[in-house]
Amino acid sequence: MTQALWPGVSLHVVSGKGGTGKTTVAAALAMALARDGRRTLLMEVEGRQGIAQLFDVPPLPYEERKVAVAPGGGEVWALAVDPEDALLDYLEIFYNLRRAGSALRRMGAVDFATTIAPGLRDVLLTGKACEVVRRSEKQEPNAYDAVVLDAPPTGRITRFLNVNSEVSGLAKVGPIRNHADLVMSVIASPRTAVHLVTLLEEMPIQETLDGVQELRQAALPVGGVFVNMTRPPQLTDPEIDMALAGSLPVGEIEAEIVHAGLTSDVSTIVEILTREGRDHAQRVQLERREVERLDHLDLPVLQLPYVADGIDLSSLYELAGDLSDQGAR
Amino acid sequence: MEETPQDRSLHIDSLIDDPSVSIMVCTGAGGVGKTTTAAAIALRAAQRGRHVCVLTIDPARRLAQAMGLTELDNTPREVEVVNGAGSLHAMMLDMKRTFDEVVEAHADPERAAQILENPFYQALSSSFAGTQEYMAMEKLGQLHAQDDAPWDLIIVDTPPSRSALDFLDAPARLGSFLDGRFIRILTAPARGAGRGLGRLAAAGFGIFTGVLGKILGAQVLADVGTFVAAIDTTFGGFRERADKTFELLQQDSTRFLVIAAPEPDAMREASYFVDRLRSENMPLGGLIVNRVQAVDRDVMTAETALAAAERLAHDEGEQVLTSRLLTLHADRLRIRERQHHVTERFTGAHPGVALAQVPALAEDVHDLDGLEEVGELLALGRPV
Repeated sequence: MTQALWPGVSLHVVSGKGGTGKTTVAAALAMALARDGRRTLLMEVEGRQGIAQLFDVPPLPYEERKVAVAPGGGEVWALAVDPEDALLDYLEIFYNLRRAGSALRRMGAVDFATTIAPGLRDVLLTGKACEVVRRSEKQEPNAYDAVVLDAPPTGRITRFLNVNSEVSGLAKVGPIRNHADLVMSVIASPRTAVHLVTLLEEMPIQETLDGVQELRQAALPVGGVFVNMTRPPQLTDPEIDMALAGSLPVGEIEAEIVHAGLTSDVSTIVEILTREGRDHAQRVQLERREVERLDHLDLPVLQLPYVADGIDLSSLYELAGDLSDQGAR
Repeated sequence: MEETPQDRSLHIDSLIDDPSVSIMVCTGAGGVGKTTTAAAIALRAAQRGRHVCVLTIDPARRLAQAMGLTELDNTPREVEVVNGAGSLHAMMLDMKRTFDEVVEAHADPERAAQILENPFYQALSSSFAGTQEYMAMEKLGQLHAQDDAPWDLIIVDTPPSRSALDFLDAPARLGSFLDGRFIRILTAPARGAGRGLGRLAAAGFGIFTGVLGKILGAQVLADVGTFVAAIDTTFGGFRERADKTFELLQQDSTRFLVIAAPEPDAMREASYFVDRLRSENMPLGGLIVNRVQAVDRDVMTAETALAAAERLAHDEGEQVLTSRLLTLHADRLRIRERQHHVTERFTGAHPGVALAQVPALAEDVHDLDGLEEVGELLALGRPV
């Protein structure tokens, strides 16, 4: 078994281009990290209720709920963070203002406040994640071994996490500034790892390369790249080379087809199979080229197989197992 | 697979050739190939004699280069079209610049400068969730209203939102935010905060400004106030502008093309969007399903292929080339079957919606030849 990839990391931030399966990977990671009696929290911040759909449970409230049991007795909990609730939380913790807060909410004022200052919105969301992470240091009850954040997509991730610079345009001093500093002390530390999910296609790979560069420029800790929905080559390497060169042995294929008991339309079958073999070889070649582009990032690259029939709880367990085997523990 | 009845097929060429159609909006969930589809339709339309302008939001770098979108000056540039009876202009949206231009076009220079320098304006124009959608609509309105425009058909790609519906909702949200009650009260402290709100609400408002001031600092509130006051006196309500573009999208000369991939999530999103367009009286051109698994010809079922592969492997004592090829073929048939079910579920729920399917391509499109090929496949309307 490989070594654990991220020892000491307690906040895993999962981002990626839209359509790459970010939420699935975040859920599988939360489950992998919960193995053998540990306890993890899977958080979402975009109001999509993607976690509830994935685990097939009713929409999550702003409250930590257990959604699954991990192999070996661990527990995966989930939380859908809403900026309004996070603001009310913040008001309560720092100003003891919850009752005023709910009056403000009725008036639509909370929505207004988080709207005029998008930076405020982000610092409240990341702030909630950091509050949960810090529970374990402070030895508070309800602590988790790891928190996995299903974060906004690659295009927005650096801005989302870099709350310090976002808030600095907004407030130079004051409580929100202090709050942002506290958040940064978690996010920009070795306790955090930002992971990017990609597919083996040109655009998502390019976005991943750009994203890693941006994160590094902002001094945010990058964890690894998760290549999702991979399909292993179904031909051997020599066969792939032959298929690419257009030199698959047609005579041999024809004989084998007849041997296999397919006796009508033989030449059509040969034609179809060789063409599909070539298509497949081209895709394998393209994917190998794309995965090579990740090499110089000098990051762990984890692979998750394509799941044909849609993701359900049992496929999540399998994906979690794949991640554990590759060092996500 | 059953034959798709004629009336359920989306004929992109008929749409392109219809001179009364002057706007096409490509929309759908992220990652389904909206930008490529928009560009491919634009190129095809230009080749068929239309004078086209395509507004893209976030094209892949190489595709942008192929279309000459290297100069980021926020105006359409002509693209050299081979075999073109018409013409093609293309541009990439710069949302901040578009916002700046709106300000500059409607305010005197001094006031414009005041707005552009306002920290709150800067935050709003570069990061407000929805600004991109709003500015795409704004740009569309501008391109459409341009009198001496060399185009008669505008094709719009929509921003990569988390939900396709954001495109319709964000402009109104930004508009109502800027025209909203709170922002008005906030900007008129002299008149007495909360006047007309009733005593209870006024008290709430006092708490509200107090809390906001505490969290954000008084300076932020002052910036918001200055911004709204400046922008309000220079040009009409934001909501009004958003409403106007919304109306443009309801006209008969507009067609929405919903783009999807044959996967449950993307199709669910497409479903929502089709329902929404219907309830907003917006004309739907049809659904384009990209990345469909094509199978050349049906010569055997997946079960037959797998049984043959197993027999062969058994007799040979190991997997051989042909057993692997047969397994590959069976996989393709199964994927196609699954995609077919997903698509059927959509057409079952939306029987009147025209549909075109585009096969998955081996490689990403990054030149005009590639776009031309996509256009041809789209015009065929179903995987070959």
